[in-house]
Amino acid sequence: MLVFGTIPYLVIVALAVIGLATVALKRNLIKIFLGITIFESAINLFLVSLGYRDGAVAPIFTDAPSTEMVMATPQALTLTSIVIGVATTALLLSFAVLIWKHYGTVDTDKIRRLKE
Amino acid sequence: MKMSKIVRTGANILYPLVLIFGLYIVLHGHLTPGGGFQGGAVIATGVVLVIVANSYEAVTGMLQKVVFKAQESIGLLLFIGVAAIAITLGLPFFYNFLANSGSIFGLSVPFGPNHGDLNTAGLIPIMNIAVGIEVWGGLTVIILSMLSGLDRKEA
Amino acid sequence: MITDAIIANSPALLVMIPLIAAFACPFIGRISPAVRNIWVVGAMVLTAAMALLLAGEVFSSGTVVYTFGASAPGMSVPPDSGGIPVRIVFTVDAMSALMQIIGAITGLSIVLYSIAGDRRHTGLESYYTLYLLMIAGVMGMVSTGDLFNFFVFLEILSISSAGLIAYRIDRGVAVEAAVKYFVLSTIGAMVILVAIGIFYGEYDALNIAVIASRMQFTLLDQVALVLMIAALGMKCGAVPMHFWTPDAYSMAPSSITAMLVVASQASLYGLFRVVFTLYNVTLNAATVGWIIIVLGVLSMVVGVTMAIPQKDVKRLMAYHAISQTGYMLLGVGVGLAVLGNQSLLDAFGYVAMEGGIFHIINHAMYKGLLFLTAGAIFYRIGTRNLNRMGGLGHNMKYTMVFFVIGALAIAGIPPFNGFASKLMIYESVFMFNPILSIIAMVVSILTLASFVKVFHSIFMGPRLPEYADVKEAPAPMLIGMGILAAVVVLFGLFPGVVVDHLIEPAAQALVNQGAYISAVMGGA
Repeated sequence: MLVFGTIPYLVIVALAVIGLATVALKRNLIKIFLGITIFESAINLFLVSLGYRDGAVAPIFTDAPSTEMVMATPQALTLTSIVIGVATTALLLSFAVLIWKHYGTVDTDKIRRLKE
Repeated sequence: MKMSKIVRTGANILYPLVLIFGLYIVLHGHLTPGGGFQGGAVIATGVVLVIVANSYEAVTGMLQKVVFKAQESIGLLLFIGVAAIAITLGLPFFYNFLANSGSIFGLSVPFGPNHGDLNTAGLIPIMNIAVGIEVWGGLTVIILSMLSGLDRKEA
Repeated sequence: MITDAIIANSPALLVMIPLIAAFACPFIGRISPAVRNIWVVGAMVLTAAMALLLAGEVFSSGTVVYTFGASAPGMSVPPDSGGIPVRIVFTVDAMSALMQIIGAITGLSIVLYSIAGDRRHTGLESYYTLYLLMIAGVMGMVSTGDLFNFFVFLEILSISSAGLIAYRIDRGVAVEAAVKYFVLSTIGAMVILVAIGIFYGEYDALNIAVIASRMQFTLLDQVALVLMIAALGMKCGAVPMHFWTPDAYSMAPSSITAMLVVASQASLYGLFRVVFTLYNVTLNAATVGWIIIVLGVLSMVVGVTMAIPQKDVKRLMAYHAISQTGYMLLGVGVGLAVLGNQSLLDAFGYVAMEGGIFHIINHAMYKGLLFLTAGAIFYRIGTRNLNRMGGLGHNMKYTMVFFVIGALAIAGIPPFNGFASKLMIYESVFMFNPILSIIAMVVSILTLASFVKVFHSIFMGPRLPEYADVKEAPAPMLIGMGILAAVVVLFGLFPGVVVDHLIEPAAQALVNQGAYISAVMGGA
């Protein structure tokens, strides 16, 4: 049963590594932004899984089956993080649209004009 | 790129249902999972469904960016205005002065699990509605801006 | 009666006024540009007044604690909670008040400059909305006593500043700079969120005072410390993570660049708050102090050496900003390295920390002034390339005087404020380790050389034919630059007064973790 408890953390590490590797290694701008989104999902999963208690129900008081509930604060933190992620993704994709309009490509090797 | 008649009719029938479901999520944010952002995102997804089914050129007459920008600003001002009213009453910022008080949304709540009455929790449903309006407007402005920024090369 | 209520609510009003002004700006902008300008300047004047009132309150009667949503502002620990602060608490101590003063003065000068300097741009209601959101973000970041609230305001600041860096969308280079800045900034913010999650998982609290009182320095805490130093160092432009700084500072409109300097200082404040108030003596002060000292020395040296061959005047100034951030990290790092040792702390530790903190406010003032002069030159002649400028001293006399004040201040020449803070850093760091002090002095000499070259290229020489009818910058720009120049000169002429009344309480507030905890948790 000890192994089951660590499965969320293994998934988090795997997603974070995939996300950061995508940001570092890919050349297409949209793929880099998708890597950021994957990394954000890993962080949100980390925050939600911090509040887990064994055998507890969702923290909703309306017709609750029992009073032993998982911790509610990490869920509020995750919701805030998801909202920030939406705003970030929207701004990054708008930048991608603008770069495509100016240069006709989203390949980072071809759009670099600022050097040194 | 215009979709076929079946898709367009289906989207036009589904959109009011999506709207009602989104408003339900917004309004019951203090009783069931959900709240302002989640409900607003559902409603904005409904708007995107309408835009995708009918092509973008067909909906620019009906869905104008200025209206949604104004809606976004109204939602934001409602949110922070309601929070600031507490200062004029002599209480700290964001104090929930409507809860357990008897006026709008002011029914008193018993402690612990209960059956959940819509008329409770004071300032929280009002802030949920404000955030729902704001997110609906904001996400629609984002989609309309991105679509209007692209050149339309194909028919 | 009314003023008492305003002062009691001033931590909340400080964030609320820019937010309401930002949200109403699209509506007001629809009426006419003049009304919008009056609205923005009025909102900034009110915010600056709130910041100064709050600073006066903090410096006279101690730390101010404001709880959001409680029944009274000071009631941070509700009676039925068992001794835990459960709401979001704004804890304004002397260091926060100092950063608020910096934000207020710089924000006001920039908005006065921006009314005239950005007049030719379109889409200005979005510009001022985002600018007011940046001000709200900076004020919130430096006042809050809650770690997650710090993260939220940090994200408000970075999203609005990314939008403003990309403001000139008619060419692609500004958008490229904004993409670089924003990708690094988002990854840094996510790393900060991981550290906050680690703290929450271990200590079941998000309030800085509560975590500080429960802190034991376990392995997870060391991991969180490394993540925090790396991410906050990236946000303030320290060296191994500085690659966004030259691009973002040179491609943004000049008023926004001056505000980005303040944003970097706010992230530096976050770094000091985490290291001093959250950890304090539980960490291995010598090791962490040396890490910060090494970051500082690298920033100083790399910044000034990369600045010398630059041809774009704003890129050169951006590298100098990196170099000056190194001075602040050096001063405060020396203070951290001797934190456990009371006798060394009294001998030179406090002076080193005061030098570093004094350098924060000095740098915001003279660097903002330098960027605003570069912007005024660009406004009149349309280029930033040093090889194409020349002989502007004949036409733009006031701008030349302001540039000279800024350049002498950054090089550390006596009657200006840079000299006072650099002297404090040299003396105290010399007692800690002489080599570091010698490196700092050599960097200062190279800074002076670099700015002599820039001054000669821009202002000296014969009057060039293509710049024959260039006029002086418009009056609001001169007023904005004048406010910053006046502060530079005043702080340089009376440094003792400033250090005794502003800087020393700030340094004491950073070192004294016990006072911070008892202010929030009520003497527990």
